[in-house]
Order: sequence, then C-alpha cells, then structure tokens
Amino acid sequence: MFSSFMINTWVVATLVAVVAGTVGFFVVLRGSSFAAHALPLGAFPGAAAADLLGINELIGLVVFSGLGAIGISQLSRKGPHDVATALCLVMLLGLGTLFLSMTTEYSQGVYALLFGEVLGISTSEIAPVAAMSAVAIAAVAVLFRPLLLSSISTELAEARGVSSRRMELCFLGILAFATSISVPVVGALLVFSLMIGPAAGARSLTDRPQWAIFLSVGIALITVWVSIALSYVLNWPVGFFVGSIGALSYGMGRALR
Amino acid sequence: MIFTSGFFTSAPVHTAMIIGGVAAVVSGVVGVFTVMRGESFAGHALADVSSAGGSASFLLGINPLLGFLGMAAIAAGGMELAGARLVRERDLVTGIAVGAGLGLAALLLYFDVTFTSTTGAAVTVMFGSMFSIPPDMIPLAVAVGLSALALSAVFYRPLLLVSLSPELAEVQGVRVRLTGLVHLLVLAFTVSLSAMTVGAILSTALLIGPAATALRLAKRPGHAIAIATLIGIGATWGGIFLAYDSFYWTPGHGWPVSFFIVSVIFVVYVIVAAVPERMWMRKNGAPIRAGFGTRTGSA
Repeated sequence: MFSSFMINTWVVATLVAVVAGTVGFFVVLRGSSFAAHALPLGAFPGAAAADLLGINELIGLVVFSGLGAIGISQLSRKGPHDVATALCLVMLLGLGTLFLSMTTEYSQGVYALLFGEVLGISTSEIAPVAAMSAVAIAAVAVLFRPLLLSSISTELAEARGVSSRRMELCFLGILAFATSISVPVVGALLVFSLMIGPAAGARSLTDRPQWAIFLSVGIALITVWVSIALSYVLNWPVGFFVGSIGALSYGMGRALR
Repeated sequence: MIFTSGFFTSAPVHTAMIIGGVAAVVSGVVGVFTVMRGESFAGHALADVSSAGGSASFLLGINPLLGFLGMAAIAAGGMELAGARLVRERDLVTGIAVGAGLGLAALLLYFDVTFTSTTGAAVTVMFGSMFSIPPDMIPLAVAVGLSALALSAVFYRPLLLVSLSPELAEVQGVRVRLTGLVHLLVLAFTVSLSAMTVGAILSTALLIGPAATALRLAKRPGHAIAIATLIGIGATWGGIFLAYDSFYWTPGHGWPVSFFIVSVIFVVYVIVAAVPERMWMRKNGAPIRAGFGTRTGSA
C-alpha cells in the first residue's frame, strides 16, 4: 500500500483533501453546493478538449471551470441563481459530449475523470498540483475576512463596503481553481463529496470559523486516506468510499446537534 | 444539407422523436414548478442519483427505465425524509445525496465493467444514446410520462399555491409537506424518463431551460407550461434533426444529439434573459416572480 508507485497517490490526495476541506467550509456556509457540484463536473469536458488539442489536461480543466464560474456569475444577474448554475453546467457537459464523440478511444478516460483514477498519478503531476493548492489556500487566507462576512450576511458586508457580487465571483474563482486540481485525482463527480461531507460534519462540531476549517480539513484528510486504503485493498472505486464517508460524516454531524 | 434523405423513414429517428417528445412535454410541465420552487439542484440531483439505478439495471439485466425510476424514487423519498426546511440545509442534503448516489453509481459501473464486460456503460448512462433506444421502450415511457402528467394535474392548484407562497398555502389548509413529497416524486418520474433519452446529466437541461425561459415570458402559470412544453419539443426535435444531418457535415461520424439539444435550450434562455424584463412586461403584464429572488443560498 505504501510502495513507491503509491507514494504519489498519497501526496496528491493529501493536497487535494487540504484544499477541498478549506474551500468546502465556505461552500457549506454559503449554501452553494450546486455550484460546487457544477464546476468540477463542468470542468471535465476541458480535459477532453485538452486531450483533443494535445495540451496539458490541467490547462483544459482550469479554462473550463473558469468559464463555468464566469458563466454562473453572469447568468445569475439575469435570473435565479440555481437556474444559471444548472444551465451553465449542462452547456459545458454538452460541449463535453461533442469532444468525446470526436475522440474514439476515450471511454475509459471518461470513467477516470468522472470517478477518479488514483493509481495513475505520475511524479511530474505533483509539482503543478502542489503549486495550485498553495495558490488556492493563499487566496482563501487573503480573502478570509470579507469572504466570511459576505457568506454570513450580505447586508452587513455591503455596509462594510464589501461588494457581495465581487465576493461571489472571487469565491466561484477559488472554487473553480480548487476544482481543477482535484478532478484528475478523485474525479469530477466526487471532488464535490469531498468538499461537502467533511465541512458539513465539521460545522456541527464547532461554531468558530477557524476551528471549523481545521476540523473540515482533518475530516477530509481522514476521508481521503481511508478511501484510498479501502480502494487499494478491495479494488473498488475510490469515489464510492469518498461519497459514503461524506454522507456518514454529515449524518453523524446531524445526530450530534 | 437540409432534410437529408431518409430522416422521416428511419426507425431509430422515429423512436427518438417519440420518446424525446414525451420527455420534453413532461419536463416542460414539471420544470415550471421546479423552477418556481427553486428546486433546480434537486432536479439535477435526482437525475444524477438515478444513474446509479441505470448502472444497476445493466448489472441485473432489467429494463433500464425501471432502474432509473426506482433509484430516483428512493432518493426523492430520502431527501424528503431528511426534511430540511431551511434553504441552505436543503441545499446541503441534496449535495450529500448526490455524493452518495454517484459513489454508488461508480461502484455499480465498476461491477458492470468487471462482471459483464459492458464497456462504455459509463458513457451510456451519463450521456444517453438517443438513437439506440429500443422501440419496445415506447409504451413504458409513455405510461410513466402520462402518470407524471396526471399527478401534476391532480395536484395542480395546491402545488401552484405552495410554490408561490408556502405560508398562504398553509393558511388555506393545503398540506404543504405532502404536496412537496408528491412534487419530488413526480420530479423523480420525469427525470428518470429524460435520463433515458438525453442521459442522466443532460436531463437537467430539458427540465430547467425551457421552464426558466417560459417563466420569463409568460404571466400566467398555464401559459408558462405551454411555452415550456413548446420550447422543449422544439429543442428536442430540432436537436435530433441536426444530429441526423450532422452525419453529412463530417463524413463518417455524427455529432451527439445531446450537444444540439442543450445548445438550443441554452441559447434560447440566454437570448430571452438578455432582453430586459421591462420589454416583456409592457406587452404581457408582470411575469411570474416566484423563483426569481428566492435564491438557493448566496452563491
């Protein structure tokens, strides 16, 4: 389980869990699970497009999740937020089906991008993921106070001169960025469980934001480590364990309150 | 090339048009309530979770529609049982359901690939394959569609009242929770049906897009339903036609139907949303406001 080819997996998964736990705190606080679901899923066609063009997958993921973030914030000026999110998501996925139809041998690749392929991480992938994780964490640290304020009360934030529209865009940007890192590791569909479950569990254990973030990161780490270990032993997909443990930590959080 | 030869005589096209049409009509009706209630995420979640049922049906060798339907109904019941009144909590419950459901789908797809060597099951379940729907699916699809429409018709008034103002509905003696559960079940029916046609993920497009567009244009719920249905059918049939035609644009392989349907729906919504609401109001009176403003959280 800790042999040389697994080391990369452990390192990258740990980085992803730290970022997902941190960003997840704000996702739960702001009630933006749908955006957190839509951006990773909408990013995955980017990988297919990058594959088609022969460029690095990460670039495609960043571009597409960025498009998703901008699309959601633009469209939600004109109508309900959830409608904007839903339509941006389906449009990006529609493009995804188009790209997939153009490459012939991509069926297995789809499965990996949707549900994760933790065993196939090469050493050269670690550096960019580490750098991007650091950027995402730094962005959250810099914007911590205004982001927290606007998440709790938009009115209060506006009174203090924090534009909720700008904060929203910043938040979606961070979410998009964090997403691009995680998609190749845990898969698009379950990046999202890693953001929601641990943060939801942490929220019910403490009322203090800093503690909640630490707890959320801690639970995310445990989730990912246990999932990879179980997946290694049973050979079942990692996504299944991440989703189940996420639901479990939410359920336990609710039972405790 | 317009009206490629054989479009109206091809059997797969007929099947796709009938099932796609049924899905579009039912999605249009149910979608109007879904958008008004701000339940887009729930609609999308049920579609995603139902894909676990689709994967299970490959494994068990049962009719895929039954798999989709069963799983969506279970998820709808579970989400209602978790009974979250607060908008943010509802958002979270839905999110957890999606995570767990998709995790299950991942596992079942893995079993599909391992035990039955169904390669490409992931793609089929997620994105649908409209031109390969067997014709004997039609009766079942029509039956499911009709029952969803019948339930919506029976609960039309209370559902409308609850969607516009839960407090007012409660005062009037409407059983708000029961109505909510019925709507979630109808939503589950609808979503399973369109998950079969455009795929689990893209069924969201048929449910939300036409309804959201129609709610911007119409001032009466009945009109909104009619417009949503028309846009849905137009997008579906137009998409099928374009996809059929696309075999001749790039020789040898066609472009996917889902791509065309989604693009039409998206473009129509963006155009309608870009026109200032004042212009519609001048012509038609104030549009229905519910849903617009009841945001699912702040982000």
